[in-house]
Amino acid sequence: MSYDLIDIALAFGKIAVIFMVILLLAAYLVLAERVLLGRIQERFGPNRVGPFGLLQPIADGIKMLVKEDVKPAGADKWLFYLAPAMAAIPAIMIVSLIPFGAPLTFFGRPVGMQVVDLNVGLLLFIGFSSIAVYGVALGGWASNSKYSLLGSVRGLAQLISYEITMGLSLVPVVMLARSFQLSEIVDAQKTGWFILYQPIAFLIFLISIVAECRRIPFDIPEAEGELVAGFHTEYSGLRFGLFFVGEYINIIALGGLAATFFLGGWHGPLLPPVLWFLIKALAFAFLFIWLRGTLPRLRYDQLMHFCWKVLTPVALLNILATGWFILLVGKG
Amino acid sequence: MSIIRDTKGILLGMWTTWKRIFRRPLTIQYPEIKRVPYPRFRARIVLTRDPDGGERCVACYLCSAACPVDCISMQSAEREDGRRYAPWFRINFARCIYCGLCAEACPTMAIQMTPEYEFCTRNIMSLVYEKEDLLIDGCGKSPDYNFYRHAGIGVTQPRGEGLNEEPPLDMRSLQP
Repeated sequence: MSYDLIDIALAFGKIAVIFMVILLLAAYLVLAERVLLGRIQERFGPNRVGPFGLLQPIADGIKMLVKEDVKPAGADKWLFYLAPAMAAIPAIMIVSLIPFGAPLTFFGRPVGMQVVDLNVGLLLFIGFSSIAVYGVALGGWASNSKYSLLGSVRGLAQLISYEITMGLSLVPVVMLARSFQLSEIVDAQKTGWFILYQPIAFLIFLISIVAECRRIPFDIPEAEGELVAGFHTEYSGLRFGLFFVGEYINIIALGGLAATFFLGGWHGPLLPPVLWFLIKALAFAFLFIWLRGTLPRLRYDQLMHFCWKVLTPVALLNILATGWFILLVGKG
Repeated sequence: MSIIRDTKGILLGMWTTWKRIFRRPLTIQYPEIKRVPYPRFRARIVLTRDPDGGERCVACYLCSAACPVDCISMQSAEREDGRRYAPWFRINFARCIYCGLCAEACPTMAIQMTPEYEFCTRNIMSLVYEKEDLLIDGCGKSPDYNFYRHAGIGVTQPRGEGLNEEPPLDMRSLQP
């Protein structure tokens, strides 16, 4: 397979469009979260900047840009500067794996609506979400602060544990789709979404991605009641902004992946595929915000207990049951 | 089973927050909609006058002593007729906590709290109010109270001419 200029231009075009859309979505997800949390608590949320507060993300961005960039004394300089990027970049990289629409035709050639369609896309996703752990771990370590260190140690344990349940809950999906390629997983759900065959795996995956995003009720690494802000206590200005945006990009990316794995990706009646994908991904984002507005934070031992003694055995049993089912029914 | 109970608990909580999303927020959008405070709301402090138009304050220092943050200061003096007054009277509203203890302590009902709460400013020095800023023309909350009609005998009117005051007795007429 050879590439020419048009291919390269199309690839760059896709990257640019997806990058802008994701950043915009992440910025407005922050606003949506603040407004929704406000509504849950019977108040308005930000509504001062622009009509209905719609320019609030821009004001927030300007604030982040012009704030002083503080490096604590005794901090490990390079790691301290590197850690926010290590938290944000894997989140953006995950977005590049997600198919968000049916393949279109430009200049007489088929163009898949995703940046890269690798045959090991699912494995790459798990790999990237593991790399994101380094941002948390090194950010807390490099800050030279007890709160940051405690937060990153907790985060390390939590993220590694919940990655296992996340990976295990995806095994039945691979077994049903018979592929690691995300576009083929989506195609396998043309007739029936995997949530119908795998409700338990879906629930485990959902809990795991909430934990992966470090959201309430699993926000132990940044528990503001106990650790100030956890691993990003010492960060300010643009570097804090990078952590923050990375978290919200992660929400969108993991929501999109949950839609891809269990809700049939961009498949859906009547509406165009991209819209279906957006609706599903943002429904997960809404669920995340709703959970945050409802549930209290888990205790650390409860979190670990839940992961290792409940979710992991259930996920393993689910894999076994799925294997038996496929063997008996012969469904592939 | 605890898993059923816990799931029920989570779902009930989610249902509660879901209902809250569609409720009207309770927030009053302040600069556009102004809440009307109750008449006894404690905000800006004023010095009132008695019904005859004279100052009520007798510079007794009780408000200053009652003030927990020491934001009231004054100087006392006496007029030629013996009536006490304050040549200067100062309240530092940058320190005032609007507790209302000064108004409770005042024996002449001169110092009173008003519901006017919108007088914040960027210049902190302009929050130091002098006597001419504090003094108002009305009587405030007790319109017909005049301290010197009840007490301060012999200062503003001859003995026996105050309200609820008996004329002075001729001691000798009481003798049996």
